[in-house]
Amino acid sequence: MSAAIELDDVCCDFGKFRAVDHVNVSIQPGEFFSFLGPSGCGKTTILRMISGFNEPTEGVIRIGGKDMKGQRANQRPTALIFQNLALFPLMTIWENIAFGLEVRGVDKAKRRARAEELLALVDLHGAADKMVSQLSGGQKQRVAIARALAVEPSVMLLDEPLSALDLKLRQHMRAELRAIQKRTGVTFIYITHDQGEALAMSDRVGVMSQGKLQQVANPRDIYNRPANGFVASFVGENNIFAGKVKNASAGMAGFETHIGNFEARFAGKKSDSDLKLYVRPEHTVLSAKAKTQNSVPVTIGDVSFEGSFMVVSATSQNGTILTAELRNDGSATVPAVGTKMHMSFDAANAAVLPDTSSAGA
Amino acid sequence: MQSNRNFLFHLYMGLFLAYLLIPLFVMGGAAFNASKLPTIYPWKGLTDQWFVALWNDNRIWGAFRNTLLVAIAVAAISVPIGTAAAILINSISGRVRSILYGLMVAPILIPGVVIGISTLLFWSHLSIGSGLHLSVLGQVSYIASFVMLLVLARLQSFDPSLEEAALDLGATHAQVMRRILLPHLYPAIGAGAAISFFQSIENFNVTLFTRGGADTLTVYVFSKVRSGITPTINALALLLILFTLGLAVWYEISRRRKERIELAHEAEGLRAEAAVH
Amino acid sequence: MEHLLRRYGMTLTWVCIGLTFFWLAILVLLPNFTMLESSFRPYLAKVDEGGPLDFYSMGNYLKVLGNDVDFTVFGFVFQVPVRLKVFFLTIVYSAIVTVITFIMAYPLAYYLAKIVSPKSLPTLFLLLFVPLWVSEILRSFAWWIILAFKGPLNAVLMSLGIIDVEIRWIAGFSPVVIGLVYTYVLFMVFPLYNSMQSLDTNQIEAAEDLGSPWWRTHWRVILPHAKPGIASGAVMVFMLSAGSLLVPSLLGSTTSGWFTQTIQEIMLGSQDWNAGAAFAFMLLLACTLFVSLMMRVFGVKLSDIAK
Repeated sequence: MSAAIELDDVCCDFGKFRAVDHVNVSIQPGEFFSFLGPSGCGKTTILRMISGFNEPTEGVIRIGGKDMKGQRANQRPTALIFQNLALFPLMTIWENIAFGLEVRGVDKAKRRARAEELLALVDLHGAADKMVSQLSGGQKQRVAIARALAVEPSVMLLDEPLSALDLKLRQHMRAELRAIQKRTGVTFIYITHDQGEALAMSDRVGVMSQGKLQQVANPRDIYNRPANGFVASFVGENNIFAGKVKNASAGMAGFETHIGNFEARFAGKKSDSDLKLYVRPEHTVLSAKAKTQNSVPVTIGDVSFEGSFMVVSATSQNGTILTAELRNDGSATVPAVGTKMHMSFDAANAAVLPDTSSAGA
Repeated sequence: MQSNRNFLFHLYMGLFLAYLLIPLFVMGGAAFNASKLPTIYPWKGLTDQWFVALWNDNRIWGAFRNTLLVAIAVAAISVPIGTAAAILINSISGRVRSILYGLMVAPILIPGVVIGISTLLFWSHLSIGSGLHLSVLGQVSYIASFVMLLVLARLQSFDPSLEEAALDLGATHAQVMRRILLPHLYPAIGAGAAISFFQSIENFNVTLFTRGGADTLTVYVFSKVRSGITPTINALALLLILFTLGLAVWYEISRRRKERIELAHEAEGLRAEAAVH
Repeated sequence: MEHLLRRYGMTLTWVCIGLTFFWLAILVLLPNFTMLESSFRPYLAKVDEGGPLDFYSMGNYLKVLGNDVDFTVFGFVFQVPVRLKVFFLTIVYSAIVTVITFIMAYPLAYYLAKIVSPKSLPTLFLLLFVPLWVSEILRSFAWWIILAFKGPLNAVLMSLGIIDVEIRWIAGFSPVVIGLVYTYVLFMVFPLYNSMQSLDTNQIEAAEDLGSPWWRTHWRVILPHAKPGIASGAVMVFMLSAGSLLVPSLLGSTTSGWFTQTIQEIMLGSQDWNAGAAFAFMLLLACTLFVSLMMRVFGVKLSDIAK
């Protein structure tokens, strides 16, 4: 079975600016795939190229194995959900939903019936004859989804559709979107700059920066096994140590810094440039006594309470600020400000990665 | 101090309205005066003879018919031209846009006399003689600018992603135009048609030089005012004023009703929003 | 262009371009070029057209010269060609009309934009629009009635005891100015209102809060903000006044020639179309110069003026 969408070495230039730079990815039918990245990283351009509003400068886009070159937006089997939803304000809700059928010449009774079906699918009974302005933000969201589903697309493209909603509704709609995707089995391609959204909903995530695809993996691997410093920093917090690799063997490396030598995972070559050590705050431990490995003496600075966890910032001897996260489950005691302690971490939870963050974000 | 100042402003507004409206009442009133000259002073008694005279004046009705025909033709040509030009200028940018824009608004700033003469000369060079058809073309040349400006203003509140959404759902370009863009523009197109119509009715300068021998209302009234003037003109003026006033009130009422409906919808949307939380 | 094609497709793009081309090229540019070209041609009998006598010259423009008349400026008497005098006075009185309408419209526009409650705005605008919908000829006709020698204005003034004998209003340029001001003042009010209305009221309050007297607030805050509106209103009023034919014909007298009347007489009276073209071009040139002057003085672009 061929991939639902294939981007084959795709580039897109706007004048001298290269918005998308040699992107290769293959998305499976029925997959929920997210492109994650900061604004201006090229993710929206990818979406617009798939839907046919922009042409790639180089490379090939295939949908269901078919080259899309020369196929205009209204000829492609995709449906796009716009960031601002782009509901037609002068049409009723059901006319909005049935618009794709209307332009295909489906007769009115059938259109109406299909619109009602879709309204039921997105849990919006009885809204058919309302105007767009009569709905709340979340309801509009559902109408936009129903309208896109009405044309039975093989691929649904979503351009940060939740960004206009408030936090509570956004979390609710995440689950809703995921459920609709599972129910319909349509391939979803989702664009977002919100890492939480991407990790929570997707089967796989592609992290982008400066037009380049940095890593494609499932959410767990993106977070736990970032391919480089950009991915590590964009998806979650880090303690970052500058230094250099002393020795490397069997996927591990000895890493020398100003505040000591550490052991960490390492997949590259010793000669790679710009290597840094990354450790997530929740993977660090604070203890009164020094551990034998990967341990740094620190002075506790500030403790900020975040609800389910606490963030402790501590200063190492040379002044570097490090952070640790303590779970608020009663297991950890809250260290007093000014206490001298040791921060340590497991070598398996730390990684030496090429630092591309200066080039990214 | 503040209220004192505001009082002066209110007073000024009142005086200004009086200044604008009293002459119209004077003119309307003269239509009922039995005096042979159009005036309200001295008052020689109430009469309806001028309305009867108006009714029996065949030349006026001919001129009236011509005026309507020209106005309809002008609206019918100006609206598509102005709309097309607005759509064109809205989708281009840079230097070409500023040059085109300048050309499109320039006709508003050209005196009507100049438009009339240039139209007459150009078409007579092509061996097309003067007549109301030239009046139509001359009027269109500047009235289309008004339509363009109205439609362009409306276009600026249009969200282009609606067009893309419709294309994405499989609509053809013609369907996008008919179902998405034009419905959004209808209020401006309607206003443009109305303005074209009224501008054409009241046009004098362009018409005077291009009309050939044909009469329009303004040209006829002009010739009447200069030659043997009778209060028939006042009767006509009163009818025209009442007609436009009626239209204006009707327009305002329907506008307010529409506004109320829209406000109600928005309130409902906000309530739906609140209900979620 | 590419953008247009993507948005509207081939057919609609060409329809838009075609209609725009028809308008700008056939209805606007070519007629004006023709007029300019004709203005350099002599007035000939039909048979002589294209013959040896048909060559370009400034002859038509020189027709404004000749027929000298007395022209008094500040007590000094000059011998000036009559048409040149009319042209000059048309410009001067149009400028005077522009200034008067500005003085009248400014407080009104400020009132509409910043003082009156927004609720009563639609009604006020409706009332203001009524005269605008009544045709120009009828509006000047109304003043013809009012200003008549034995008319209502004189009657009112006499009964109030302000004057003892009737004033002959229809004489000289004053009735023309009165008529033009009445006819075009609204073209000053609306652009002014538009530009003032976009001024943040907080700025006015901030100025007052800082102790600025009302006139300084107007001079330093409101007037500068209203610049595009002033330019726009001035251009419209000047152009309409200088180009008006109805008002001076109706309310003018033998002592108040207007340049449009000269043009009309040449075009329709002597049927000398080429001279008419030359004079029309002079009028166009005067208006264009005025527009550029306003744009320069107020530092605004054409797109700010035509709104």
